[in-house]
Amino acid sequence: MDAILLQILNGLDKGSAYAMIALGLTLIFGTLGVVNFAHGALFMIGAFCAVVMNRLLKLSVETIDETKTDFLGNPLKVNTPYVEAWFGEFGTTMIGYSVPLAILLAIPVMIVIGIGMERGLIKHFYKRPHADQILVTFGLAIVAQEIIKANFGANPIPQPTPDAFRGALDVGIYLGFEANAVVYPVWRFVYFIFAAVLIGGVMIFLNYTTFGMVVRAGMADRETVGLLGIDIDKRFTAMFGLAAVVTGLAGVMYTPILSPDYHLGMDFLVLCFVVVVVGGMGSLPGAVAAGFLLGILQSFSAMNEVKAILPGIDQIIIYLVAVVILLTRPRGLLGRKGVMEE
Amino acid sequence: MSGFSMNRRGVLKSGAVLGAGLAMPTIFTSAARAYTNEPTGANVTLGFNVPQSGAYADEGADELRAYELAVEHLNGEGDGGMLNTFSSKELGGNGVNGKKVAFVTGDTQTKSDAARASAQSMIQKDGAVMITGGSSSGVAIAVQGLCQEAGVIFMAGLTHSNDTTGKDKKANGFRHFFNTEMSGAALGPILESNYGKERTAYHLTADYTWGWSQEGSMKTYTESIGWNTAAAVRTPLGAGDFSQYLTPVLNSGADTLILNHYGRDMVNSLTQAVQFGMRDKVVNGNDFVVVVPLYSRLMAQGAGDNVKGIFGSTNWHWSLQDEGSKAFVKSFGTKYGFPPSQAAHTCYCQTLLYADAAQRAGTFNPCGIVEALEGFEFDGLGNGPTLYRAEDHQCFKPVLVVKGKDNPTSQYDLLEVVDVTPTEQVMYAPDHPDFAGGDLGECNPGA
Repeated sequence: MDAILLQILNGLDKGSAYAMIALGLTLIFGTLGVVNFAHGALFMIGAFCAVVMNRLLKLSVETIDETKTDFLGNPLKVNTPYVEAWFGEFGTTMIGYSVPLAILLAIPVMIVIGIGMERGLIKHFYKRPHADQILVTFGLAIVAQEIIKANFGANPIPQPTPDAFRGALDVGIYLGFEANAVVYPVWRFVYFIFAAVLIGGVMIFLNYTTFGMVVRAGMADRETVGLLGIDIDKRFTAMFGLAAVVTGLAGVMYTPILSPDYHLGMDFLVLCFVVVVVGGMGSLPGAVAAGFLLGILQSFSAMNEVKAILPGIDQIIIYLVAVVILLTRPRGLLGRKGVMEE
Repeated sequence: MSGFSMNRRGVLKSGAVLGAGLAMPTIFTSAARAYTNEPTGANVTLGFNVPQSGAYADEGADELRAYELAVEHLNGEGDGGMLNTFSSKELGGNGVNGKKVAFVTGDTQTKSDAARASAQSMIQKDGAVMITGGSSSGVAIAVQGLCQEAGVIFMAGLTHSNDTTGKDKKANGFRHFFNTEMSGAALGPILESNYGKERTAYHLTADYTWGWSQEGSMKTYTESIGWNTAAAVRTPLGAGDFSQYLTPVLNSGADTLILNHYGRDMVNSLTQAVQFGMRDKVVNGNDFVVVVPLYSRLMAQGAGDNVKGIFGSTNWHWSLQDEGSKAFVKSFGTKYGFPPSQAAHTCYCQTLLYADAAQRAGTFNPCGIVEALEGFEFDGLGNGPTLYRAEDHQCFKPVLVVKGKDNPTSQYDLLEVVDVTPTEQVMYAPDHPDFAGGDLGECNPGA
């Protein structure tokens, strides 16, 4: 039972990332009709906002310690971050909290990148076939990852978990299990809560604001909304920016779980497309539900007991589900009738 | 008008002339080239086939730096590095066999097919007489096979699977780096003395040739000291998030996690294991411990504080204080501003060893090189007295057991050497079962 609970928790935290990325993908597909293969790159760029923030906070003044030597026997150069020199322990704490602080950097960066991407490149492909959109956005993703690799190297760059959220929480004792039977990293709970708040916020924004209602109306019938004198294109561009922010923030907060490297986006891209297809192309609740569902399925399929019966199932489960869904319900779990069914 | 006529004699004559004409280039070629890419000008070209993109690009970049440094030293530039400490004094810093050393580079992308394609190109288009490099056993085995067929020497870079000099060994291939069997033999006694005889290990293993090899060796040596194996679970290469593989460890009854992962997988699985509180757990009355059988400084940098106190093995470390290591660290550090990795060290050594063998043999003919390297004993290259065993072309030298440092003084000072396991302890018979099934075959000079 404890093993099952642990896998559910795993699924929820994996699903949180899938759901946030898939939500962004669906927003773009639903509004602009663009199949954005550069979406994984947005997740990766978000993660590197955390790296940049950490490096900014670690900008240092260099001093020479004559009492120590470096690996070549020269006097040791000691780097003291400016924030530590200025603020003492508070500066050290700031560096420790570089990941949540990176949200402040990621929001404007992702808005600029998202809107720049849409206005600068993707708008020219609205009326082109999906194959052209896939090619250009996939190319864009490769360019982005090569830029990141050239500037940050190919190795993963570890990011600190804030002190207050380090270690693991023994959730089992609250549920009647033995001590240490169900322990789970605190930061993964934080990530799940963050995802819930972010997804909830986007849903509320879309469902309970005038702007959101216009956007949803545009998603349902772009032409009619345009005929009413509403500049739907501007709103859709803003939605592209919002999608980039959601995905970027998912990347920022994921860095203590998975040290970011240039390939991070590609690792998630295909999975998230499957999530979108399973949830239903263009369906926001579908993307979220499918994200969590597939995260949980993926975790359960990795259990030794399951793999003993179905070897290798952990590596194909997501695609297996996608095949079954496409065969039996092509519009996806919560997709609108008619979508992908013609 | 005269008609065209041909009699039997005419046909025979024409046929003989045509046949001789067609055969002529082949006759000249075989006379001019005794072996593949025999250098005819003032230069001899070496092919450095390293991952310049993909997951091991940082390791590949360090390898390339070492190769460039080795070429400088061979051509008499720089401070000479380990040429000054190498026990063989054949090389004088004036090239090899009177020829200046030139090089071409290829990108393996850490993919076997891409690595073979770039090696093929360097052999066929650039005239490389030797191929070296790689940061993956899968790649090394693939390129080694290609070099055997093409008739050039392959000096393996970072490849740790037993298979490279085991079931996939080739006469034209040589490995300076150690292997998983040696890691197991070196780590076993250290694990026993630090953690005792009563432990239960849980293996997470990268699902490819190196991972299987590492898992097999670690199981052999941990079980031989009395440890139990709770489970050995294969994980897909590049899994990223290992949480679904780590959570079963928590309730498996295991008190030791052995991560048969390398590179990015190791960084991620170790970081996540620490996040799951594994290093704070007590199981079966034992403190839960993690072991990383193959360490590298670049990986340790990626894993940050999480490597503290964790045991592993490595082929070489920049903090060694022998004259060879000091000379290499000085050359490399002065040129590039940071200490070399173990990948850089093995690649540098392989270049020097190849050049020295060619100089001693007086030829670049692969069969001459093979003869010069087989059974070659040397010292001064940072690992102490070393033997290139003739039976499998594997180097035998002491193995370093390292531990993540508790109080690092710099971003490079992450591992401390806790034991130098003597060669006799890590040496195994050429017919060891884990290396069975291969055949060196005959050296192939190609052409």
